[in-house]
Amino acid sequence: MTAGATRALRVLWVGYLLQLKILAVNAFDGVLNVIYPLFFATCALLMFSQSGDPQALVYAALGSAVMGTWSAMATSASGALQGLRWQGVLELLVCAPTRVGLAILPITGALATVALYSFVATLVWSRVLFGIEVSVASPLGLIVAMLVTLASLATFGFLLSVTVVRYRTGWALGNALEYPGWLLCGFLVPLQLFPEWVRWIAYLLPPTWGMDAIRAAAAGGDPWRDIAICALVGLGYAVLATVLSERLIDSARRHATLALT
Amino acid sequence: MSILEARELRRTFTTTTGVLRRQRKEVEAVRGVSFDIAEGELFGLLGPNGAGKTTTIKMLITLLLPTAGSASILGLDVVADAREVRRRIGYVFGGDRGLYERLSAIDNLRYFAELYGVPPREQRARIGSLLELVGLAGRERERVEGFSRGMRQRLHIARGLLHDPALLFLDEPSIGIDPVGARELRRTIADLRSEGKTILLTTHYMFEADELCDRIAVIRHGELVAEGTPEQLKARVSAGSVLEVELLGVAGAAAQAHADAVCRVAGVRSGTVDEQPQGAVLLVQVEPGVDATAGVLGALAGADTRVGRVVTRAPTLEDAYVELVSS
Repeated sequence: MTAGATRALRVLWVGYLLQLKILAVNAFDGVLNVIYPLFFATCALLMFSQSGDPQALVYAALGSAVMGTWSAMATSASGALQGLRWQGVLELLVCAPTRVGLAILPITGALATVALYSFVATLVWSRVLFGIEVSVASPLGLIVAMLVTLASLATFGFLLSVTVVRYRTGWALGNALEYPGWLLCGFLVPLQLFPEWVRWIAYLLPPTWGMDAIRAAAAGGDPWRDIAICALVGLGYAVLATVLSERLIDSARRHATLALT
Repeated sequence: MSILEARELRRTFTTTTGVLRRQRKEVEAVRGVSFDIAEGELFGLLGPNGAGKTTTIKMLITLLLPTAGSASILGLDVVADAREVRRRIGYVFGGDRGLYERLSAIDNLRYFAELYGVPPREQRARIGSLLELVGLAGRERERVEGFSRGMRQRLHIARGLLHDPALLFLDEPSIGIDPVGARELRRTIADLRSEGKTILLTTHYMFEADELCDRIAVIRHGELVAEGTPEQLKARVSAGSVLEVELLGVAGAAAQAHADAVCRVAGVRSGTVDEQPQGAVLLVQVEPGVDATAGVLGALAGADTRVGRVVTRAPTLEDAYVELVSS
């Protein structure tokens, strides 16, 4: 490994640990992160329980688990970058000689780790409160599918964050994506119910493939094809965000949007 | 040898107004600024709010692209060689912002040491010595959110020095700091200067610039209006005296009208208003060898104005600054 790659990995790792520390010490954010996914999962499970179909409840339990990870990433990633702008740290990150992408990716990586909690907590909540037993045919497949989904969510959040560097109001995009994402990624409603053009949008979102892989791993199907596509889509977002980050920063320097004023 | 060379730097901002009928407006924040900074020099950039100080600095530290003109640091162009320039400069700005509030001081420094490529083996010693330099040794494990403004500012300086930059930019570092904290900060800056560090400082406090700077440039409406040593700038108004006239219960436009009236008195070069809580003080620049006290008081007498303290004194750097930015 070259010295540059080693240094880049070190910057990513140190940044990731510090971002986790920042998330851990904020009690208010912590409480919200604990409550929100459970609240939305409860709403979904209460609706699906009316059908009286145990399989529908399993479908909803898995869907609401991934739904929480989407919410944790879509709204938080762009908000976190806006927070850096408010703190005056964004300018300092750009002013440093390290590529700014190496400072942003750890933020979304740390948020993805918080999203992992959301996934596990929602499944436990479904079991304890609604008595839903999610039997997993392929535990390895489920774990890999979950981790790949989270990683691809992190790269998707990376792209959202990069746009916030250039556009001061870009953080609103993350909020706007939260609820459409619930539908588009097939968390609670099968994609087959939507028109074909909507499905093509859904295929561009990594959790769509991650959700299919998780359901396949639980039901005994083959999750690996969906896992591979999810990883590829996530990688695509990482490459796009890396390329765009330098261009958008140059644009931000031209249009003076790095600072608040 | 010049560490920094700025040539005809310009920066225009485009703003829009209106909702349905949006209108674009161009504002020239910096209009052809040129100056050099020599190695080991402490260079002051002074000017009122909105004069273009921070915009100039942001172009030099690669956060803004100039609209025209050029600047180089150690021979590296701030636009074409931005990443290499960033390795060689440190940037510290004033105020509460610019730190990870929820992290400790040492975590802040450790992260920025990584971002600036300080080798891992050197980080601990470097951070330790900087904490000593800025007087925060022993407090490094505390979260920044509990720090006073003065402590934050000193931590900012430590952050800016982590990679031992060739040129340090200090943008109003003492703003909002109490007198004791500001004195400690000035001592830190003076220590850096005595160690041979090249510094560009912007400040609103004239005594600070007078005490610290080797050379000063005054910027007004985006243009440099004067440049020289503090003594040279003072000399622009030292051939004369300053008459301070306290006006009780007068402010704003009324005080300015008095200043305009005083300017018509024989022997008076200029008159400016210094707003005070209980009224205003007229600062009257008087020609050498002229006693304009009677004339000035006479100009004020007919205006039904209560005059308080009247003092004649030698000009200061602040007088030179006020004359430069208000002429």
